[in-house]
Amino acid sequence: MPSFLNAKRPPVFCPGCSHSQVVNALDKTFQNMGLAGEQIVIVSDIGCSGLFDTFFNTHAFHGLHGRALTYAAGIKFARPDLHVIVTMGDGGLGIGGAHVLSTCRRNLDLTLLVLNNFNYGMTGGQCSATTPEEARVGSGFLNRLEKPIDACQVMGIAGAGYVTRASAYTKTLPATLEAAIRFDGFAAVDIHGVCTGRYTKQNKLTPKTIKASLEEMPSLESYSALNARKEYGRHYRETASQLKPVASPHHIETQFEPPRTDDGRSCQKSDFLEEKPDFSGRQEVVIMGSAGQRIITAGEILCLAGITAGQHASQKNDYPITVLRGHSVSELILSEEKIGYTGIETPCAVIALAQEGVNRRRAMFGHLPPETLVIKNKDVDIPSCAGKIVETDFKADRIKSQDWALAALALLAHRNMVISMDMLEAALKIRFKGKVLENVLTLVTLYRTIL
Amino acid sequence: MAFSFMEGNEAISWAAYKAGCRFFAGYPITPATTIFNTMLKLLPPDGGICIQGEDEIASIGFCLGASMAGMKVMTATSGPGISLYSEQISFAIGSEIPIVIVNVQRLGPSTGSATKGADGDIQFMRWGNSGGQPVIVLVPVDIKDCYILTMHAFNLAEEFRCPVFIAANKEVSMTRETIDLSSLTLPKITNRKYAADDTPFQPFAASADCLTPAFQPIGAKHLVRQTSSTHGLDGYITTDSELIAANQERLNTKIKNGADRFTFYEEFMAPGADTLIITYGVTARAAQVAVNTLCQNGHPVSLLVLKTLWPVPSRLIKTKSAPFKQIAVIEMNMGQYVREIKRLSGDKPVKFHGCMNGDLITPAQIREVLINA
Repeated sequence: MPSFLNAKRPPVFCPGCSHSQVVNALDKTFQNMGLAGEQIVIVSDIGCSGLFDTFFNTHAFHGLHGRALTYAAGIKFARPDLHVIVTMGDGGLGIGGAHVLSTCRRNLDLTLLVLNNFNYGMTGGQCSATTPEEARVGSGFLNRLEKPIDACQVMGIAGAGYVTRASAYTKTLPATLEAAIRFDGFAAVDIHGVCTGRYTKQNKLTPKTIKASLEEMPSLESYSALNARKEYGRHYRETASQLKPVASPHHIETQFEPPRTDDGRSCQKSDFLEEKPDFSGRQEVVIMGSAGQRIITAGEILCLAGITAGQHASQKNDYPITVLRGHSVSELILSEEKIGYTGIETPCAVIALAQEGVNRRRAMFGHLPPETLVIKNKDVDIPSCAGKIVETDFKADRIKSQDWALAALALLAHRNMVISMDMLEAALKIRFKGKVLENVLTLVTLYRTIL
Repeated sequence: MAFSFMEGNEAISWAAYKAGCRFFAGYPITPATTIFNTMLKLLPPDGGICIQGEDEIASIGFCLGASMAGMKVMTATSGPGISLYSEQISFAIGSEIPIVIVNVQRLGPSTGSATKGADGDIQFMRWGNSGGQPVIVLVPVDIKDCYILTMHAFNLAEEFRCPVFIAANKEVSMTRETIDLSSLTLPKITNRKYAADDTPFQPFAASADCLTPAFQPIGAKHLVRQTSSTHGLDGYITTDSELIAANQERLNTKIKNGADRFTFYEEFMAPGADTLIITYGVTARAAQVAVNTLCQNGHPVSLLVLKTLWPVPSRLIKTKSAPFKQIAVIEMNMGQYVREIKRLSGDKPVKFHGCMNGDLITPAQIREVLINA
């Protein structure tokens, strides 16, 4: 098998650098495995390990510092058939720590070679995540204050199914690398070596001391059994193949005429005009409630109802990041014409169901014209306003709080305001199915009898 | 006519799918999360991949890897995520990796307000990369634009091999609206140009007629090299200053020369108007209402709505503003794109109104600016 090394670009490491040993071992590994260059991608990080891709006749991807595993994952997702090998130093291990942990948890079939020489060689020998506390490095006293990590233990704990350590000088390195590449899942090899340009100028580290220190390090035996599981890519595709395709967006046909205003005016007014308060062309509704009252769902139903009468609709919601606590406000516009400005200017109906929602929109009340219908539930305090107030007591009507907004829509529909009862029922049939649909239709029917 | 009712973010997702996007990765962030949610429903059942990255840097990194393996890719975030994308964006620009980035802008600075809108990242998207080479930024006004511009964004990313931003805004992305999907005139789908299989492949070789290099995916028969380092045509690091200069020039001109072909805009020209409003995004909707009212009231004003912000459509802006005595720029920030308009307007007075308080700029505020103009 011919070498994979790029004859035009021989390794350019400092004299005595152990990275050269790893380059040769990796070349030997590819040869032993009988691979072709186009089956391999070398994704290299930044620093001296970032030179690796240039020495091989394989596909190559050299990106940003610490992010090599992210590109490797993207490539592997797209091309599961390729052997994706990542070369990264102890620098990349540190700066890309979140990616290392996530890659271990994910178990995508990638191979990571950590070219661990205990310092940042390229920038002047500063300390890295693996620098011993007693080492003398380019970061002054700083490394003496931090504890180094054992990359393999960290990766094993994080879920890597194959973690092993090796000396860059060991004759069995090609066999170790081959086992890692052949492993069906994420495999990492922590390769200890020397940086002659920086590290060994002030610290004693030799092939012999590396061998001795590796022998003293804790065993990694338990991780293969502990972390044995399906390879992520295959698992993903198997799971995804069971999923049902999503139906295309639902189209709602026009079935009804929108309700006309009390004096029978037609609805010709442009949305782009701001004369007020003629609600016939553009009708704004604001529902003010609290989380858990299904305010957003009610807003959607009002819009769907409008759409069944061929109207344009928009819905803007306002709620805090918490669930089931705080305000929930839905701002709705139904319009005969394309909706321009989506903010609320002069609502024709305001539905006040909870204090939290009202407090959120207090400023709106002062501007309401006398024509605005204000549906206010008992015990909700609203600022004084010019609108027509209709007080409801949904609790006394034995309606649950989460249905008050829907009941308020039924009240609007009953008055043939903004939406008709036909439109509301059609919207409910679009939005709900089965038992839930039965329940909401019953609620609307029962509430009508109360009215 | 039959309407669908959906969020701007859903329209962006469906359009991406329609454009051939089969790889999405993102990290949840309001107000962009619903794009992730929708892509997660759309892609996996169809053999595509949707991944939640451990952070934004990983998410865009996955996308760059998958794009170089030949897939059409998209990611979505908001301002805080764009900050984290920044180094990867520089990489995608310099190394010509096609990607669509949706920035659903929210109120900043920093964490700001997750559920409030703004257009505060307009200069950031253009200049938030090292090296300062150009990107393409398209801005939707409404749900229809979300759909159509996203399809254009994929086409442009493929054609120019560069990051293309959809500069959305919470107010467009999280507002549900009616859309008649069957009535849309959709752009024809463009795919990246592949290099011939039978000739030696140079990953960054372009020609005078086509400034974008022909593509081969990682995993092709030809060995493909990608690198974030300053590179020659062969994808190896270079120190040849002539080669470097030629490549920098090409990265710059390939986008800028194309500008006239993807200058998207709308205009409303009122006879007798001496003022032209220039705006973009959701603010264009309030501006249109304000302009209509002013015209009705015998105070004609014209409106130019820009949908391509970067590269700056200089020719369009100059031509359209030429007949007017003054320009008014309205934007949901403290004055970002107005810098470009002022630069192009010579001695013509440019009025500015900007507001960044989490609320929409209202038609009344815009009328006031113009009446006092």
